[in-house]
Amino acid sequence: MNELKLSILDLLKEDARLSAATIATMLGAAEEEVSAAIAEMEQDHVIVKYATVVNWSKVDDEKVTALIEVECTPERGRGFENIAERIYLYPEVKSVYLMSGAFDLLVEIEGKNLKEVASFVSNKLSTIESVISTKTFFILKKYKQDGIIFEEFEDDHRLLVSP
Amino acid sequence: MIKDEEKPKVALADPSRSDGMQRYLASHAREIPPSGIRRFFDLVSASKDKDIITLGVGEPDFVTPWRVRDAAVYSLEKGKTQYSPNAGMLELREAIGQYLYNQFNLTYDPGKEMVVTVGGSEGIDLALRALIEPGDEILVPEPCYISYSPITSLSGGVAVGIETFAEDQFKLTPESLRAAITPKSKILVLCYPSNPTGAIMTYEEMLPIAKIVEEHDLIVISDEIYAELTFNGKHASFASLPGMKDRTILVSGFSKAFAMTGWRMGYACGHPDLISAMLKIHQYTIMCAPTMGQVAALEALTKGGLEEKDRMMESYNQRRRLVVQGFRDMGLECHEPQGAFYAFPSIRSTGLTSEQFAEKLLLEGKVAAVPGHVFGKGGEGFLRCCYATSVAQLTEAMERIHLFLRSLE
Repeated sequence: MNELKLSILDLLKEDARLSAATIATMLGAAEEEVSAAIAEMEQDHVIVKYATVVNWSKVDDEKVTALIEVECTPERGRGFENIAERIYLYPEVKSVYLMSGAFDLLVEIEGKNLKEVASFVSNKLSTIESVISTKTFFILKKYKQDGIIFEEFEDDHRLLVSP
Repeated sequence: MIKDEEKPKVALADPSRSDGMQRYLASHAREIPPSGIRRFFDLVSASKDKDIITLGVGEPDFVTPWRVRDAAVYSLEKGKTQYSPNAGMLELREAIGQYLYNQFNLTYDPGKEMVVTVGGSEGIDLALRALIEPGDEILVPEPCYISYSPITSLSGGVAVGIETFAEDQFKLTPESLRAAITPKSKILVLCYPSNPTGAIMTYEEMLPIAKIVEEHDLIVISDEIYAELTFNGKHASFASLPGMKDRTILVSGFSKAFAMTGWRMGYACGHPDLISAMLKIHQYTIMCAPTMGQVAALEALTKGGLEEKDRMMESYNQRRRLVVQGFRDMGLECHEPQGAFYAFPSIRSTGLTSEQFAEKLLLEGKVAAVPGHVFGKGGEGFLRCCYATSVAQLTEAMERIHLFLRSLE
C-alpha cells in the first residue's frame, strides 16, 4: 500500500467525517488524488464501512456484551471456515476471530439482556455439530475500544494565552 | 473560623506614603516593562465566555506521553526524591548527547559541555548572565520570543532588536545583521524555528551569518527549543556550522517536542569554559533540575518516547497545512511557517493595528490569538495563531475568523 493511502487511513480512523478536501490540505496532496485513493480503497474493501463508535453505557437502551471462547473440530479441507461462517451470519454476533492457544474461535455477542445471550449460546452456538465446548465471559465495563478511551477527561488544562 | 487576635500580625506598608513599597525595588527590576502578552492574557481571562476558541497558547495540545508520565510516577514510588548532580543525572546527559548526535549531528561531551536546566528558559538566563557585562549589546532578530530583552537588561546589557520581514520569510539577513553591529556588540541570539513567526534558517542561509559572527568575534546563543518541529527537511543547528561549535551556546529542552511544558526540563550545551561558568550560577541559584523531571526526560529519549514524538510532529504538520491554507483562502497574506507550531498571518489589509484586531476578534469573533506587536520590531500588523489544537477546533476557529473579516468589510 502506498504512503498516501496509509496517511489517509490514519486520518480517517480518527475522524471518518473529514472531507477529501480537508485531508488533501492536511497531507499536502491534490484533492483528486485523495478522492481517487479513497474510492479505490472503498472498492478494494480496505475501507469497509464508515461507522460510529458509540458508548452504549450512556444510552438508555441497555445492551449486554459477552466474549465466548469456542472450542471446535476443524473440517477436512475447509478448516474452520464453515463453522465460522455459520456463527458470524447471526446478526447478534459482533465479531469472530480465529485464535491461537487453548481454544479456536473467539466470538463477541451482543444481546438485550443476559437471558438473550445465554439462550443464543445454548440454543444456537453449542448445538453446532463441530462445537465441542464454549466458555462465556460477560463484559462488565468498557474502558477502551478500538484505541478510543471512553472515560471523559477534562480536555484542556492549558492557559488561554502563553508566550 | 480564626479569631482576629489569633491571626498572624502582618506588617503593612505605610499607607501615608503614596509609593507603597515601590521605593524598595531595585531599579533594574522596576524598569522591566510589563509584558504585552500578559496584558492580552488578562483580557482573555477577564472574558468569562466559555465559547472562546484560543489560538493564543504557546504549548502542545498533547498531554505528555503516558510512558513518560509513568516513568516519573514509578520513580516517585521508588523514592527517587533526592538531589541529582548539579549538571543533571549523568545518564540523562549521556542520552541527550546521543540524541543530539543522532538528530542534528552535534557532538557534546556529557561530562563537560552540558548542563540540564529548569526549562530552556533557565538555559537562556544562565547563558546571558554568564556572558553579559554592563553596556554589552545583544543582537536579537525580531519578532521573537519575549524573554531575551528583559533578561538582558537585568544583567545591564542592551538588547538591540533587528527587524525581520515577511518578504524574507522572517529570516535574519546578513545585511541587516551587519547594519546592527557596533563595537559594543557581543552576543547574537538566534531562535529558529521561530516563535512567533514559524520561520526557519537552513544550513546554507546560516553560513553567511556564521561568517559575520566570526569576523566580529560574536558569541551566539541559539535557542533551538522548536528544532524537532521543522517540517520541510531537517533542522540545522547553528552549532553544526564550521567553526561555530565553540562560539555557540545551544539551548533546548523537552517542552515542545515531547509535550512536556509543565515539567520544566531543558538543557544547554557549549564550550566547557562557558558551561562551567553557567553551571556555577545554576549551582548557586537552582542546585539541580527536578529529579523526577529528569527521569521523565530520560524516558522521553528512549525508542518508545521518540516514536511518540514523531507521531506528534506529523500531526502538527497536518494542522499547519490546514491553517495556512485557511488563512490564504480567506484572503489574508500568510507566509509559510516551516517550523514551530505557529502561523503568523498579516492583518494589515484590514487597516487595524494588531492589538485592535486581536481585541475585536476576541470580543466579536470569539477567537483568541496574540497580537504580533508584543514580539518586538516587525511584529505589528501580524497575528500569532498557534495551531496546536484539535482539527475540529481549528476548523471552527477558521470559520469564525472568516466571518469576522467579512463583518469588517
